[in-house]
This record gives sequence, C-alpha cells and structure tokens, in this order.
Amino acid sequence: MKGLRRLCLRLAGLFSSDRREREAMEFDEEMQSHLAMQVEDNLRAGMTAAQARREAFMKLDREKTRQVRREGGTVVLLESLMQDLRFAVRQLSKNRGFAFTTILILSLGICTNIAIFSFVDAALIKPLPYAQPSRLVGLNESTPMGPQFNLSYLDYLDWKRMNKSFSAVEAYDGGGFLRTTAQGVQPVNAGVVGDGFFRAMGVRPVLGRDFRDGEDLPSAPRTVLLSYAMWQREFGGRSDVLGQTVTLDGKPNEVIGVLPKSFIFEPVGPVDYWMTLHMSMAMDRGEHDLRGIGRLKDGVSVAAAQAEMQGIAEGIAKQYPNEDGGRGATVTPLTEVIVGNMRPILLLLFSGAVLLLLIACVNVASLLLVRTESRRREMAVRGALGASRGRLVRQLVTEGVLLVATGAAIGGASALWMMQVLLRLIPEGMRSNMPYLNGLGWNEHTAAFLGLVVLLCVVLSSVTPMLRLRLADLQAGLAEGGRSSAGTTWRRMGANLVVVELCMAMVLLVGAGLLGKSFYLMMHSDLGLRPERLAMMRVQTNETGDLSEAQKMQTVRQALDAVRALPGVESAGMAWGLPVASGSNGVTFKIVGRPDKRSVNQSNIKEVGANFFSTVQTQLLSGRYFAEDEDETKPHVIVVNQTFARKYFPGEDPLNKQISWEDTQPPVTIVGVVRDIHEGALDAPVQPALYEDFAQDSQTDFHVIARTAGPPKAMLASMAEAVKRSVPHVLTSDEETMVERMATSRAAYLHRSSAWLVGGFAGIALLLGVVGIYGVVAYSVSQRTREIGVRMALGAQRSEVSGMILREAGWLVLVGVLLGVVCSIGAGRLMGSLLFGVSAWDVSTLIAVALVLSSSAMLASFLPAARAARLDPVVALRAE
Amino acid sequence: MSEKTDVLQGTLALMVLKTIEMMGPMHGYGIARRIEQTSGDALSLNYGTLYPALLKLEQEGAIRSEWGVSENNRKAKFYSLTGAGRKQLEQEARNWEQTTAILARFLTATGGKA
Repeated sequence: MKGLRRLCLRLAGLFSSDRREREAMEFDEEMQSHLAMQVEDNLRAGMTAAQARREAFMKLDREKTRQVRREGGTVVLLESLMQDLRFAVRQLSKNRGFAFTTILILSLGICTNIAIFSFVDAALIKPLPYAQPSRLVGLNESTPMGPQFNLSYLDYLDWKRMNKSFSAVEAYDGGGFLRTTAQGVQPVNAGVVGDGFFRAMGVRPVLGRDFRDGEDLPSAPRTVLLSYAMWQREFGGRSDVLGQTVTLDGKPNEVIGVLPKSFIFEPVGPVDYWMTLHMSMAMDRGEHDLRGIGRLKDGVSVAAAQAEMQGIAEGIAKQYPNEDGGRGATVTPLTEVIVGNMRPILLLLFSGAVLLLLIACVNVASLLLVRTESRRREMAVRGALGASRGRLVRQLVTEGVLLVATGAAIGGASALWMMQVLLRLIPEGMRSNMPYLNGLGWNEHTAAFLGLVVLLCVVLSSVTPMLRLRLADLQAGLAEGGRSSAGTTWRRMGANLVVVELCMAMVLLVGAGLLGKSFYLMMHSDLGLRPERLAMMRVQTNETGDLSEAQKMQTVRQALDAVRALPGVESAGMAWGLPVASGSNGVTFKIVGRPDKRSVNQSNIKEVGANFFSTVQTQLLSGRYFAEDEDETKPHVIVVNQTFARKYFPGEDPLNKQISWEDTQPPVTIVGVVRDIHEGALDAPVQPALYEDFAQDSQTDFHVIARTAGPPKAMLASMAEAVKRSVPHVLTSDEETMVERMATSRAAYLHRSSAWLVGGFAGIALLLGVVGIYGVVAYSVSQRTREIGVRMALGAQRSEVSGMILREAGWLVLVGVLLGVVCSIGAGRLMGSLLFGVSAWDVSTLIAVALVLSSSAMLASFLPAARAARLDPVVALRAE
Repeated sequence: MSEKTDVLQGTLALMVLKTIEMMGPMHGYGIARRIEQTSGDALSLNYGTLYPALLKLEQEGAIRSEWGVSENNRKAKFYSLTGAGRKQLEQEARNWEQTTAILARFLTATGGKA
C-alpha cells in the first residue's frame, strides 16, 4: 500500500509540471532555511562568516541533494524518457528525408512480414475448426507405390472393428452427382460419409439432427445433411427444410439437418450435400475408393496408432493377398492432410519475408549509424556538459524505438490491406478449398508476432549506433582532428553491414531466380502432347437410370460428331479424365505368364477414345492406336506409356503382352506404346499409365478434346452449344483450353505465386542493398575529402582516385556476393522440394544473379567515386 | 579527528520518526542536528540523504509537512508524525529491537565458546 501511494505521487509529479515546479521552489526554500539555520549555528560556534557559510554548504551539498530529491519526486526514467521522446521527434522532423526513408523501409518490411505471417498462422498454426483437432488423424492404406492410397469399404469396416487406438474411425468420399430439380438436372458435388463422421469431427448440425448409427447401411432410408450456404440460398434459412426431399442421381434423399456455417472439410471440398455411404458387405475388398479419419483415444500417440494399424493392415493383407497384398496403413495428423501441401511454400515465403525484414533492419541500422557519425560532435558536447553515457545511449534507443514504432504502426495497418491483396491472388476455386484462410486478419498470434518483429527491429536499429558510441569516442569527438579516425571505424562497421545486406539480397535474388526458372521449365516442360489450340469440356448425360453400353456410346458419338462438324475444329477425341490432373486413378494388375505381383504392379489408368491420341498429337512409339470399330464385343486392348513399358517390360517388347486385373475377367492385350503424356500434376514425375479403349468400357461422364484451327478460347462456347443442340440429354461444364488448364493448375499456381512473391521480395532487397552500398561509399568519400585532396595535390590522377574508391567498393561487393553464393546454395537446397528441373547450384542462375547484383552495386558506387574524382584539391584541402 | 560511523541503511527513517515523536513537529535542520546530538556526535549524518528520506516518508504518509516559523523567527518546513507514522515507528522499533537482540545473542554466543 505504502509503495503504491508513493508511486502514485511520483507519477503525479511526472505529469503535472506545475506541481513539479512548485515543489522545486518549495524545496529550494527549505534548503535556504536549512542553510541559514546552519550558518547561524556555525556563527554561534565561533566561526567567521565566510567559514560558517562554507561549512554549511559543504555539509549540505545542495546540488546533489536537489538531484536526489528530484529523482524521488518523479519517476526519473519516465521523465527523461518523455524528454528524449520530445527531443527525438524534434530531431527526426529536422531530418525529414532520413526519417521518411527509414520509416518507409521499416513499414515495408513489417507489412510484408505480418501479411505473410498471417497466412502461415492461418494455415499452419491455428488449430482446425473441429473439436480437439489435434486428436484427429487421416487414415490411408499404404502400397508399395506410396503411403497415401484409398481404403476399401471392407478394409475400413475391419479397421473400425479391430483397432484399439481410436474412439472413432469413419470413412468419407466425395464425388459428382446429378441433382434433379423442377428446373432440370444439374451436376453437383457431394460428400459421402460414414454415419458417425460428424460426431467424430465434433460437428453438430445447427438445425435438425446428425446421421444416426446404422444410417449408412444399404437398407437405411436415404438422408442428406445440407450446407449452411445451401440452406440459406435455396430454402431461405427456413426450418421447414427438414423433411423435404433432394433428388440426387435419381434417388430421393430426406433432408434431416443443416451443418454449421463454418463447417468445411477440405479433403472433400466445399460441397452442399452430405450423405451416408450406403455400401454393403457384398462389396469387393479390392475396390479401394474411400478415405478415412480417426479420432485418437486419450493418451494414444499418432506413432502408436500407426504401429497398431500397420499390424492390422498387414494381417488383412495376409488374409486377402489378392485384394490387399502388400498393403499397410498410414496414420497422418489431419492437419498434415489438410494443410501439408501448403507448408513448404508458406515456409518459403515466410523465410523470404524474414530475410527482407533483416535487410530492412540492417539498412536502417546503417542509416542510423551514418547519423550517429554526423552527430558525434553533438554527443561529445552533451557528454562534456554532464550527460552520462547511459543517458546518451537511452536517447539513441528512444530514437530507434520512435522510428520502429512509427514503421510498425504504418506497416501493421497496411498489412491488413496486403493480406487482402495476397488473398485475391489466390484463384477463387482454390480459395474456397482453403477454409482456414477465412479468418485472416489480426489475432493474438499476429499481434504477438508484430511484437517480436518490433523488438527485433528495435534491437537491431539501436544496438548498432550504441556500439558505435563508446565513451572514448565521446572525448575524441570534441577534438578537431577526431573525425578521420572515427570515419575509419564507421567505414569498417558500415562495410560489414553492407556485406551482410548484399549477401541476403543475393539469397533472395537466387531464390527468385530458381523459382522463376522452375516455373518457366514447368510451363514449358514436355507434356508428351502439343498443348496449343486444344479446347476441352466435360460432358455428362443427365439421365440417372442405367444405360446400356450401346446407348452410352451413342451419346458419345453424337457429341463428338457435333464438335467435329464445327468449322474451325480440326479433330476431336474424347477421354475420361484429362491430362494435367491433380491426382491419379491407380489400378493394380498382373502380367499374364508371370508370378502374380499385383501388390506392386500399379499403374495410372485412363480411358480414351480412338481419336484421343491423334487429337492431342502425342507420339506413337510402337504398335497402333485404338481402331474406330473396336467396341466391347471385340477382345479388350490397351495402349501403355513409355514409363509403363520401361518399368514392367524392361528390355522387352511390350507389344502383344497381356495383363489382367481380375482373375475372373479375360486379360487385355497391349497393342501400342505412346510417349509419356503428363497426366498428373505438372510438378510430379510421370507415372506408368495404361489407356483403355473408351469404346470398350464407356462412361456417361467424359471429356471432349478438340484441336482447333484458330484460338481455342473462342471455340469453347460454340462447342458446348453444338453438343447440347445435337444431344439434348447431356450437360456440359468445365469448358477450358489446355493452356488455361496448365496455367490454372494448382502446381502452376503455387510455383507462379511463389516465384512472383519471392521475386518481389528480391527486387526490394536488391534496391535496399544497392542503396546500402551507395550510402557506405558516399559516406566514405565525404569523410575522406581531405585525404583525397592531399592525394590529388601530391599528383594523384582523377582516375586513380575514383579507382581507389571503386576498388574498395569492389571488395565489399565481392565478399558480399561470394558469401551470397554460399548462402544461396544452402537456401536453394532447403527449398529443393519447390524446385522443378533446376538444382540449388544452378550455375546460370548463380552467375546471372551475381552479375546483376554486382553490376548494380558497382553502378551505385560509381556515382560517389566519380564525385570524388571531380573534387577540386584546393576546395578539398580546405574542407575541414 | 574522531571516527564517525555512517548511518546504517534503513535506520535513518527510524531515527527521523523517533526524533519527531520525541520532539514534536520539527524542521529538517532541527531533525538533523537532533540526530547528531542524540548519537553523541558519533554519527556523521549526510544532510544530502536526510531530505530525500523525509520526502519518501511524506510520500508514504508517515509524516506530513507544513510551513511554519522557527524559534529564531525563520521560515521553515515543519514535519510532524501522522497516525500511520506512529504505527510504522512502533513496528520498526520493535523490528529493530528484535534484530539487535538476535545479533547480540550471536555475538555473545561466539565469545562464550572461545
């Protein structure tokens, strides 16, 4: 209590200057009366008047008492802080250019960092919006091909039954359905889940009820949960939606509930309908088409669950070698499943932003250093007038804090705007799949991060000038000749800083170069087909009943003929699934006449029409394409790609070899080998692929691909129109050109955006680095004016003078660039997973960047060097 | 020159409070002189520390001050004890007695053994 009361009084003393003055006056009066009394006493004791006064003064030491009293009267630290602050504001407003540059650099660095960090936070730090998300895992089967393969329904049931690690195991899948409404039929996407899925996720419907146990059995009545958005859009948010019917794929589903607004499950995407599996025990164990989630029991770790599930899966594999041979289990934290693919790119951008911030800080530090240098006299005078060293240092820190705080305020405010800009850079389709980005903005994490950044900036930007201000220098600063020696010190420190700056700029530039090159190589990589002038669209029949093969092929032919008949279409083919897809459709097979190795023989499978290969203009390496008249009545044939041939028939001719996937079905014969077509993601290696003849296993959902004579974009609308006109019972969607498909694919987007963003950082870094070296050299020249004058007076040529300056700058650049090369290679290795077709030590990128950086740095130092050469020795000698 | 002991840290406040209690309202110089006299001039009181100590006590509410006129007709600031100050004095005096008693016991104990 006493302490508090005292603090309040002291704080009051701090803020009220009236009170402060009154108290000071009173105190002086008190001292006066004290002295007077003492003098009287001394006189009485027999001293002379002068002696009495002197004794009294010595005994009291008025100055010191006054000082101690003042410090007791207010909180001294705060008081002098406010003084420092006022002084700093005055100083900075006198040096507008300096203040403006520093604050601009800082706010740029802070803004970028906060914006990028908010993405990192949203994607990687913030927990997923499900109950206890850290206990949720994704479940997959592993195969010799990789760890993330689908579960079959029967495997899922066994996993669910046998495990002891999970309180819940549920399966899910997503897919396309046809929805019948009064207006007609439209394709929609829906999620299909086990009945306990939402309970396992900890999600409760906001209206109606969840699926009940047993509701995912084939015998259960069909029910559907709607998304919140759908409920608002089509049912106006009314509660009478419950009990209504939604017809999907011709089957009526009763609406039993509405999911919360915030609910989205990224692996399935933003869908409006959630139904139950309705799969039966009679299903084939070999049909792997589900994915799973599990909720770990308390105290069970992911690793323990992984070990248990692996054991269970191996047991199942032993029991059903034909269906599950070689399969294991993969347990992955759900966070990893959902944001795992974003991690490398976000970490890359984040490191880029941090590097940029460091460069910004270094730049600010060197700017402050230059200023300290020119304020040496001021500091020395203040020191001589009694300012303690701590007090001077505090002044410098205050200035640093003021700069950083202003920068942080501006940077923090513009970070919000920057986040929106970055968010808008993500294509709409991709963003709706990143629900975690919805709450982007200020939160406690970003605020804490801002605090950290500010702290870093303050330390970096005030410690440097502090180091510079040693007490010894203070005295030297007063001496007239003190300048030149101080100049050397500054040159050494400033030089070190600029080397660091150049090195970091180099790292960013090389990073941007490598990413840009990766992106270019990826977009120009050999797809195994000619992507120009390809127009594509998806066609599906809106008939929900079962169609015969002949009926299906009839639809396909009509659609194809309609497209072919269009003027401007050179050829047209069709396929089920398009090249440059995000995933692959795997199938296991055995080679006839060899031991059954279905557990390891795996291939991507595609169904294409006879004209597909000639339309996309791939290259036939041997054998033949499908014939027009091959249909389901003829023996089944397949075409394989080069990788397939090389992997499964090394050193052999694959033609006329036979493979089969089911013992019950007749084998199929390989009739042709084509060049590798890039079926998967652009940045993924080509997998073995086999192409079935669409005519022998047709679908009601397929893509039409046309090679056009003119620009393909212009043909998309007329193609869709022509198909709908000639085949009324189909729906067309997803019209796009091949070049668009490549450019908008996820891989292209990720590479493009990282290349652009890192490129932007690198640009700023280059600018800052160049400004930095200009500053160092210009300052060095200005400090050495006299020396240059002497040299010239003694006969040095102008070219020698500028050569001397340039040589010094050259050393700095050389050291910076060499260090940069080493660091860049290290950094390049760290981002190896984001590179495509280039290695971390890509010589051409390194050389190009080194040239760009060193030439711009030398250019920046050339200006002051030329100014040095133009100096008039007479003027220069008078300079100090 | 006689050896003079410096005032122990923390004991000055106690001395000031006790002096004011005994003498009634008093000005700074008077307090200082009184402390020196009471100690039989064995203590060297640095006047520079007296006034901050007075300020601190006043801020804590143990004493209050008012301007008045001294015995020699001089304007001076007089310090007097508040209720809280009286309590503080009692408390600190007790503490001090305890401390010295303990210390004394220590010192005699060591001497007895030797």
